[in-house]
Amino acid sequence: MTNTVPTTYADIDFSELLAFSADEVVTHSYVRDVKLASGKTLALVTLDNGRDHTRPNTLGPLTLVEYGETMDALKNRAAAGEIDAVAVTGKPFILAAGADLSKVGDVSSRAMALQMAQLGHYTLSKLGETGVPSFAFINGLALGGGVEITLAADYRTIDASAPAVAFPEVFLGIIPGWGGAYLLPNLIGIENALNVIISNPLKNNRTLKANEAFELGIADAIFSPANFLEESLLWADGVLGGSITVKRPNVPGKIERMVKWDAAIGIARKTLESRIGTVAKSPYAALELLRAAKSGTKEEGFAREDEALADLVAGDQFRASIYAFDLVQKRAKRPAGAPDKKIAKPVTKVGVIGAGLMASQFALLFVRRLQVPVVITDLDQGRVDKGLDYIRGEIATLLSKGRISPDESNKLNALITGTTNKADFADADWVIEAVFEELSVKQDVFADVEQYISETAVLATNTSSLSVEQIASKLKHPERVVGFHFFNPVAVMPLIEVVNTPQTDEATLSTAMVTAAKLRKNAVITRDTPGFVVNRILAKLLGEAMHAVDTGTPFEVVNTALAPFGLPMTSFELLELVGLKVGAHVLDTHHAAFPDRFFESENLHKLAEHGKIFDRDAKGKIKGFDKTAVAIVAGGTTPMTGEQILRRVEDGLADEIHRMLEDDVVHAAEDIDLCLILGAGWPFQMGGATPYLDRVGASERVFGDTFHHPRVTGVA
Amino acid sequence: MYWQTRADDLVVKAMLGLLERNPNVPKDRIDEVAIAATTQTGDQGLTIGRTAALLAGLPKSVPGFAIDRMCAGAMTAVTTTGSGIAFGAYDLVIAGGVEHMGHHPMGAGADPNPRFVSERLVDAEALNMGNTAERIHDRFPQLTKERSDHYALRSQQKVAAAYAAGKIQPDLIPVATRSENGWGLATIDEAPRPETTMEGLATLRTPFRPHGRVTAGNSSGLNDGATAALLASGDVAKELGLAPKMTMVSFAFAGVEPEIMGIGPVPSTEKALNKAGLSITDIGLFELNEAFAVQVLSFLDHFGIDDDDPRVNEYGGAIAIGHPLASSGVRLMNQLAAQFAEHPEVQYGLTAMCVGLGQGGTVIWENPNYDRKAKRARR
Repeated sequence: MTNTVPTTYADIDFSELLAFSADEVVTHSYVRDVKLASGKTLALVTLDNGRDHTRPNTLGPLTLVEYGETMDALKNRAAAGEIDAVAVTGKPFILAAGADLSKVGDVSSRAMALQMAQLGHYTLSKLGETGVPSFAFINGLALGGGVEITLAADYRTIDASAPAVAFPEVFLGIIPGWGGAYLLPNLIGIENALNVIISNPLKNNRTLKANEAFELGIADAIFSPANFLEESLLWADGVLGGSITVKRPNVPGKIERMVKWDAAIGIARKTLESRIGTVAKSPYAALELLRAAKSGTKEEGFAREDEALADLVAGDQFRASIYAFDLVQKRAKRPAGAPDKKIAKPVTKVGVIGAGLMASQFALLFVRRLQVPVVITDLDQGRVDKGLDYIRGEIATLLSKGRISPDESNKLNALITGTTNKADFADADWVIEAVFEELSVKQDVFADVEQYISETAVLATNTSSLSVEQIASKLKHPERVVGFHFFNPVAVMPLIEVVNTPQTDEATLSTAMVTAAKLRKNAVITRDTPGFVVNRILAKLLGEAMHAVDTGTPFEVVNTALAPFGLPMTSFELLELVGLKVGAHVLDTHHAAFPDRFFESENLHKLAEHGKIFDRDAKGKIKGFDKTAVAIVAGGTTPMTGEQILRRVEDGLADEIHRMLEDDVVHAAEDIDLCLILGAGWPFQMGGATPYLDRVGASERVFGDTFHHPRVTGVA
Repeated sequence: MYWQTRADDLVVKAMLGLLERNPNVPKDRIDEVAIAATTQTGDQGLTIGRTAALLAGLPKSVPGFAIDRMCAGAMTAVTTTGSGIAFGAYDLVIAGGVEHMGHHPMGAGADPNPRFVSERLVDAEALNMGNTAERIHDRFPQLTKERSDHYALRSQQKVAAAYAAGKIQPDLIPVATRSENGWGLATIDEAPRPETTMEGLATLRTPFRPHGRVTAGNSSGLNDGATAALLASGDVAKELGLAPKMTMVSFAFAGVEPEIMGIGPVPSTEKALNKAGLSITDIGLFELNEAFAVQVLSFLDHFGIDDDDPRVNEYGGAIAIGHPLASSGVRLMNQLAAQFAEHPEVQYGLTAMCVGLGQGGTVIWENPNYDRKAKRARR
């Protein structure tokens, strides 16, 4: 981080930034005077962009300038003795959802990014500089810059129904750069601030509920939504009059600064390194800002935030993150190629073929989300009972954790039944199979059940490696078959690959998409090609990793070769997670389909027999590579360097994804990236895969072009 | 001022303010929430007593219902639940009313039965309240426009004086209001026009008939408002340490010709006095709803009370403050209660109001602060 001198913000010429933002949806700052019970006058600033709650208040350059000018005027009025206090609140349900990302994501230079940071600091600070006490009434959603508005106030109240208070910046590849990184730890303590600014964004962008924000000390008082503003004004009057004293137990004291602060930063750094590696820049930038917030002035802290934010906003990772964010926020909700929802067939009863773990997980998900009868079946009553026991056990767990009510538990238990008689499927509209992954088995199971069900009932298969079209080939009505590929664990992973065969009709496809949405999953439509999207990409990656091992590269070298990706786990960790046998099978099927591009690995079968690759301690923590595993793979004679492996994988992925797009497996590179983000946890900073492959030059090397025009990269 | 405030939110805020002022009341002991609204649709629909109870965060075990007697809605909420207390079915209730006349103009959505007209059951003029007021002027020629205007002026002056003396404010709940220009806080009534003069009143249009007598100046306005009151049995009030402000003595409702509905309080008051075994001379304070000045004057004339009698509407009334139909009954009671505290020499008071379609309602109250010595001292 560069060593910076605080800037006098008032001297900066922001005109270029303002011109760039001419089309911004401005959140206006309206002022009305409120006469408090004591007779004092409070100038109440309402932030409102004039749209309804579906378009939250956001903070772009024009908004910030208007806000700053409003505060300047209030400062004059305060000096003239016209007002005794200033407060800020939002339009109904929303304070502000933070910086206008469409603007931040479009800045054309680092200089402009720097100004974006400086303008925020300059204007938001004014709330605390009017010369009279300042308040923020957090009446609803407050994210990022929305929280930073309030941190500039002397006092804060929060509506108990505010849905979320959070700093999502790190999730998006940036840092809280309008004061949050300096002010928050100095308000709520370093450990709490680390959680709010770094840990929560990395936990699927977790947010704080109102009472959590209150307990952390972000807000000084919490009031019921029925009369939040009235109570806040009364409270403010009490603070002004001295009848209410604000206590802030979490404000760091001397001991915290001397002892705890650096230790907490050290622990956080270690946790980060082990959890996400060191590729992602924003968590470490945030960590460094939080470390430095221990001492020095606010002005110095703000100057550090300016530089850090400018670096990140101008960088590759933020652009890729915004790209990824748009995919999961927008494209995932309007899947490419999805037929009209209106032609979807109603699903009023679900049949699940199989009662094993996967099938039971399906049954549980379907019954919880669709709230319709779900019947499971298997070869014998013993297996059916085992499946039912599992499902009922899970329902009991949900009940004991308070996640569902007793009524809901009774309802779900009554909706779920088991049978060995497939005639019980007669009135099911949706039948999904999760039986052994072998073509003839799945063909027979579907052919058997087709005798009992109606002609229009949808048959869904969860196959991950077989041809859906072939599974349907023995049916009288193959047009009602669709692939419906979940990812493990079923309840957690948000992706379903919906496989559209040449026979699948539109109504069936639509039913699959609508059903996936009701299951609260994101569905991506793929063609019926081997491995669909996620498994094909992972098979490419894992095949290359095993190939490197097979040819004599040490595990250690292979294991770190792809570190620049910043993937959530290494290839071998992933193999152990999915199971070595499954991994070997996946490589085999892809090699069979594309023998010249995908490697199979005899060694992986042997490792699967042996059972492990890593040597782990009692807690499952990796200590090193298992000695027997190392011995099993020994013998290769042409080892590669890490750089060679990285290059092979990057080029291999660029090639494979390019081929998939040429072959129209999915309609666009965006869909590949969406699948990898949602189905394999590939990081936002890579943008999934294709922005990364473009920016490292793999696309150019392999097919002489890029996936994206222009490339998804940072600015100078 | 309340254009962007929901009617149910208004009454919920009133209830919350009521409970805040009475912290000794265990919320789970509340046996009923009766909320009146004339137009029971939209934000005043869906059994507003129950929805308001839920929105106010009362325990789900607390029941509630909606009630309607047009202008006397809140009054009827009080008399109905008060009767329940007397019968022993309730210990503790919340009774109140709300009318957002901005969202629900008078008579909106109503579909009067054609028989009213075809069988001449009700004169067509009866559905227009201003016309019914003109009809009182017709019937009682001694009730001149000048008397009405004078009464209206006094109402404005009395409200202004009561505000200046801080007598109204203790019963108000501040309400955050949203506008095009952001949030504000409503802390006082919007309707009063303290600058009113006789000369100004004389120039106002008579919208209900050419050269008529009823004007916007000598009528109550079309307003938005909500009220809530707590009623308890004597035993429970004692148990919970609640200090009663008034004790209900008797009540009565009575019907009159719909086309001259404003005289309704006359028979209802006679009935209520009769039930209480009291005469009009026993009543030391009057809170009469001022739907129209002439309608109040008809009451005063009937009982031989002077237009400027200080016992009547000491803090002014609906002509200045406004009359958000179903909420007004409890406002009368609030003001009477405040006056009871100031007048220990008074033993009995009454609240009365006229009701559209020809009714009147009267409740007679006893002053718990009554002190014989004070009474003698006054004499």
